[in-house]
Amino acid sequence: MTTAAAATSARPAGAAAASGPAPVTMAAALNQALADSLTADERVVVFGEDVGPLGGVFRVTDGLARRFGEDRVFDTPLAESGIVGTAIGMAMNGLVPVVEMQFDAFAYPAFEQVTSHLAKLRNRTRGRLALPVVIRIPFGGGIGGVEHHSDSSEAYYTHTPGLRVVTPGTPADAYRLLRQAISCPDPVVFLEPKRRYWTKETAVLTHEGPPIDRAVVRRPGKDVTLIAYGGMVATALEAAEAAVAEDWDVEVIDLRSLSPFDDQTLTESVSRTGRAVIVHEAAGFGGYGAEVAARLTEQCFHYLEAPILRVTGPDIPYPPPHLEQFYLPNTDRILDAIARLQWEPDGA
Amino acid sequence: MRSLVHPGETAVAGGLLPSLEPLQLIDPDGLPGGNPGGLTLPGPDVLLGLYRRMVLGRRFDTQATALTKQGRLAVYPSSRGQDACQVGAALALRDQDWLFPTYRDSVAVLTRGVPAEQTLTLLRGDWHCGYDPYEYRVAPQCTPLATNTLHAVGLGYAARLRKQDQVALVLLGDGATSEGDTHEALNFAAVWHAPVVFLVQNNGYAISVPLAKQTAAPTLAAKGIGYGVPSVLVDGNDAAAVYAAARDAVKEAAAGAGPTLIEAVTYRMEAHTNADDATRYRASDEVAEWLARDPIARLEAYLRGRRLLDDQAVARLAAEAERLAEEVRQRMNTDVPVDPGELFEHVYARPTAALERQRAALLAELAELAEDAP
Repeated sequence: MTTAAAATSARPAGAAAASGPAPVTMAAALNQALADSLTADERVVVFGEDVGPLGGVFRVTDGLARRFGEDRVFDTPLAESGIVGTAIGMAMNGLVPVVEMQFDAFAYPAFEQVTSHLAKLRNRTRGRLALPVVIRIPFGGGIGGVEHHSDSSEAYYTHTPGLRVVTPGTPADAYRLLRQAISCPDPVVFLEPKRRYWTKETAVLTHEGPPIDRAVVRRPGKDVTLIAYGGMVATALEAAEAAVAEDWDVEVIDLRSLSPFDDQTLTESVSRTGRAVIVHEAAGFGGYGAEVAARLTEQCFHYLEAPILRVTGPDIPYPPPHLEQFYLPNTDRILDAIARLQWEPDGA
Repeated sequence: MRSLVHPGETAVAGGLLPSLEPLQLIDPDGLPGGNPGGLTLPGPDVLLGLYRRMVLGRRFDTQATALTKQGRLAVYPSSRGQDACQVGAALALRDQDWLFPTYRDSVAVLTRGVPAEQTLTLLRGDWHCGYDPYEYRVAPQCTPLATNTLHAVGLGYAARLRKQDQVALVLLGDGATSEGDTHEALNFAAVWHAPVVFLVQNNGYAISVPLAKQTAAPTLAAKGIGYGVPSVLVDGNDAAAVYAAARDAVKEAAAGAGPTLIEAVTYRMEAHTNADDATRYRASDEVAEWLARDPIARLEAYLRGRRLLDDQAVARLAAEAERLAEEVRQRMNTDVPVDPGELFEHVYARPTAALERQRAALLAELAELAEDAP
């Protein structure tokens, strides 16, 4: 098992070493990861809509065009299929494209390029054609966005073999995962929890630590495994703290890699605690949590004290800003789910 | 007075509008064509090369169609009738350039140097792409229409960024021009001045849907002006014209002048595939009319008229074509062993733990079946 504590004690990389740990937002950590990747590997190019002089609508690419030049960091015409389709061609010709989709729901025009080509070309060509492309997508709600700005689209991608799908829950991990994604020979859908862009963490930024395909235990506990990813990691940690008052010792796992799934870390935890709750913003039906629950049931059935429960958004389109509080999973809903995990002694 | 256009809008259409009549270097009777436009007739060696590759391609194509009837190919979308487009495009490329073909472009792939058996792997069904794209600079044949246009733009632009002298030529059909990706690719290529040649083989039908239901544009080449892409309309059954237009476009692109859109007007002599029934949507007199405009007969007539080709040379080439057909038959009539374990091999750079488990399960299942077999 890899713990968060072990991860942050790893050797610092690059300029961060000189300045030491400082409070950093997730957006700034991602910016640093892009800058360090552009510096480390001349094949890396960053492009998308408004990523140039503006620095992206969330400022994740702030200053990069000025620093690395228009040949490395550039704006494209407004066309998402065009962005991913040309990234595929560039990767075929030796570049490592890191592209930005402006928002989750605006990535849908690129879906065919992602599923039919990006995910499959290695397979279609018997391994001859590798596509080291990273697609960064700000995803999820919680920022009061109007419609089409808050989708949790992870399950569309995790259901596609050939793609890696990762999402960070903390600024330090945002840096690490993005560096790892850019170094990865497989295409990676990199989901950025936009509600956590401005979350600060005091941490040394390093690409070392848990590898790209491992989950980490964010908070050890012995009674129940609370499984979260992306924007819900912080929510899960809050719920775990609140659960102390109820005498529940909650272990929080941050999945990081949604695909491939880290069966080892998860089955180890759930076999130990015997109870599990999965939290995600996306609608529950056919959602990512269903896969997690199914896998853990298959692998840990004899250790389970209760059915695995899901705390998810209801099965409705993402609501308008004034109603999103009723949609998003929160501490109360998580505690309610934990309370339903059959705590009564046998025969009670 | 202040300009009413934004910076970037040049409001100058000069040189972008293609001719409304297809450019032609050799007419259907094999005589020097009446509408050469700015095209230059290629020299005898090139013309003989075009003829040879068309004859070989046609024989390959006929053989592949026959193999579908024998159940040796799962499906085969024929290139017959579009020989001039596919051979002209493939031969116009330099060694370092890239070809982005569709499923209908097996003759272009073959002409680019991919061995026949590897060209047909996809259609036989042993794997998807049967050749190494890097070895021949040929992208996998693309089945989702128009998506390959963007790959070509990306590859070409990467070559520019890396200061490599490479041009990407992408083949698409009239139906594919209605897809959004074609629009995006033309636009990206123009904005980036990417070294890309778009060659539309307008064969009049997208499976069964005729061009009139596909577009209201005066010609497909005319679409280029909307993107700022210089365009050419050529007679797609005139191999010399297709070659000359494509060669010019490749040269322009390599010189940094950006993309070109070529519309080649041609005809699909066969049905969409062996699974299609073309009599349901097109009249036999229309087919007969186009059969009479066969691109190979046209170039042969021209070459014979110029005394560049005689009966002996034609017979020698026919024998070479027969040898190719024999090789295709032999290769395709031999079953290639497939490895079910390989299915899990190329999904990621390294199979995940879950894929390793699934592979082991499949192999165990197969081992059990083998044991139970009498």
